[in-house]
Amino acid sequence: MAKTLGPVRREFAPWNDPDAVPYISFQNVTKRFGDFTAVNDLSLDIYEREFFALLGPSGCGKTTMMRMLAGFDAPSNGNVSLDGTDLTGIPPYKRPVNMMFQSYALFPHMSVEKNIAFGLKQERIANAEVKARVEEMLSLVKLEEFAKRKPHQLSGGQRQRVALARSLAKRPKVLLLDEPMGALDKKLREETQFELMDLQERLGMTFMIVTHDQEEAMTVADRIAVMDEGRIIQIATPTEIYEQPSSRYVADFIGDINLIEGRLTVLPEAEFADNLAIMQCPGIGSNSDVGLEIQVQCETTSDLAVGDRGWFAMRPEKIRLSHEVPEGLDPANPVNAVKGTIYDIAYLGDVSVFHVKINDDVIIRATQTNTTRLVERPLSWEDRVWLYWGADAGILLAS
Amino acid sequence: MKRTSWFNITSLVLGFSFLYLPILLLVIFSFNESRLVTVWGGFSTKWYSEMWQNQGLIDAAWVTLRVGLLSATIATVLGTMAALALSRHKRFAGRTLFSGMIYAPLVMPEVITGLSLLLLFVAIDFARGFWAVTLAHITFSMCFVAVVVQSRLVTFDRSLEEAASDLGCPPAKTFFVITLPVIAPAIIAGWMLAFTLSLDDLVIASFTSGPGATTLPMKIYSQVRLGVTPEINAVCTILLGLVTSGVLIASYLMRKEQQRSQFKSAAAP
Repeated sequence: MAKTLGPVRREFAPWNDPDAVPYISFQNVTKRFGDFTAVNDLSLDIYEREFFALLGPSGCGKTTMMRMLAGFDAPSNGNVSLDGTDLTGIPPYKRPVNMMFQSYALFPHMSVEKNIAFGLKQERIANAEVKARVEEMLSLVKLEEFAKRKPHQLSGGQRQRVALARSLAKRPKVLLLDEPMGALDKKLREETQFELMDLQERLGMTFMIVTHDQEEAMTVADRIAVMDEGRIIQIATPTEIYEQPSSRYVADFIGDINLIEGRLTVLPEAEFADNLAIMQCPGIGSNSDVGLEIQVQCETTSDLAVGDRGWFAMRPEKIRLSHEVPEGLDPANPVNAVKGTIYDIAYLGDVSVFHVKINDDVIIRATQTNTTRLVERPLSWEDRVWLYWGADAGILLAS
Repeated sequence: MKRTSWFNITSLVLGFSFLYLPILLLVIFSFNESRLVTVWGGFSTKWYSEMWQNQGLIDAAWVTLRVGLLSATIATVLGTMAALALSRHKRFAGRTLFSGMIYAPLVMPEVITGLSLLLLFVAIDFARGFWAVTLAHITFSMCFVAVVVQSRLVTFDRSLEEAASDLGCPPAKTFFVITLPVIAPAIIAGWMLAFTLSLDDLVIASFTSGPGATTLPMKIYSQVRLGVTPEINAVCTILLGLVTSGVLIASYLMRKEQQRSQFKSAAAP
């Protein structure tokens, strides 16, 4: 059976279907504020019923993208369309999208039910139907008892749910979520992320979330666009982003990773049937003749030629540690293994993080899950250990 | 830390006596039985009923009330508009000059404001009297309103307006159903301040008033020149009560609003 990247959450991948029609489409969109370019010639397609995340550090242009879809900012160049309609020139109050604001922006002088009813009252909907819809929304976010309260009488989590209910009440074509969980504490945030996922699947709506929290994006989203300085660096599913980053920027931004610089000595497929590349990693700077040689499975990207500079990227949790020579390894000619000295250990309870010094230039981080309470021969500071990993643990990056 | 020292207590007592003893005396003597202002003749409230017989005082009070209500209302509308323009449009030609000029009348000597308004009314041949006083009061109390409302707008969360717009509410309606109700406490506080200022203004009213438009402070001042009567003390006590409660309500509203916005920012950073 063919291997796949990580767990599959649901069978939903319109982006792989060449006949699928995009629901939201950004075409060559540029947005400038004075001299500052917030979004730079960016094109992006989002499909119906998708949960799409824009992820990036603050100032990368992700919020500007969302505000252009909502209508608060107009693109300097290019256009945004939704469900086949060009949105250019349509003011925010006439767009079929609703937004949940980072500050929640609840109307302080209105009760919870009036807040939720506000959007519905702007359309000519009969009072009875407004009432029914408000009740439906209140039960959806489990706030029935708080209908008459004012926002300042609610806790942070309750306010967040009111904001969510208010933005869902009009059943928009797209729900925009701007850092929706920024003000919640960690436990509540995790809970809310799962609730949000369920809600999106149940309502069958298109959600677009803006966040700087990679864990949040990976939890909720079908696809993630990693942004930096007004450009999209990579668009892919959470598993692809994590296991198959397209560049060092993405690899480093998402989770923890070891990046080892080196020179490619053997091209994939040239010598090995198993699609392997060999990289010579002399380390940078001094002691460069103490090379460490690493074999990498190189199924991706990279137009690397022999002699080119590249980076071997490997997640800490994919590395194993052992005092003894790993089974089947030739210590004189190690493949996917390297020897080092334990330099630092951080015990975090569920996992332990080891910093292993290979030479003066290279320190590799490895995490081990603490699967048992007691350990027979614990790893300790200054121990000489073997680091080893499977052929599909790492990836070779060109940039 | 030493909590009390004789020095502190003495300076406090002296300071507050200096500030409030004259006012206290006025209030006490308004309840004096005797016609002689400085001789205590027993407790009585007769001057409070007597003053209603003084038609001149009643007329003046009526003028003052009308000027106060009218000028405070118009000043509130204009001042709120100025505050909105200043806080919303961060960049327009002459913004710094304009915002500086809004604050200047706060510290302008009243004599100068009064004199220049008098010159203006004479120059354009505007009849001095009720309307002139009202206009003059609008002029100087407007900037107080603008300052109060502007300080509220600084902390106003613009995303409230965006949220309303996002939910389908057009801009003009958003202003009336969202912006205005949210900043209402500041606007009411501004109105209170403007009303109070108009109520106790003597200098500017003296410059711009004409026959038949004597305000209460003017009336009191002119009567006192002929000798203080307990009647005047009674009127002043009522005026004092009005002004004090106006200022108290205004500051209460502003503090409540401040607490609410602090609570909001603490809960959702």
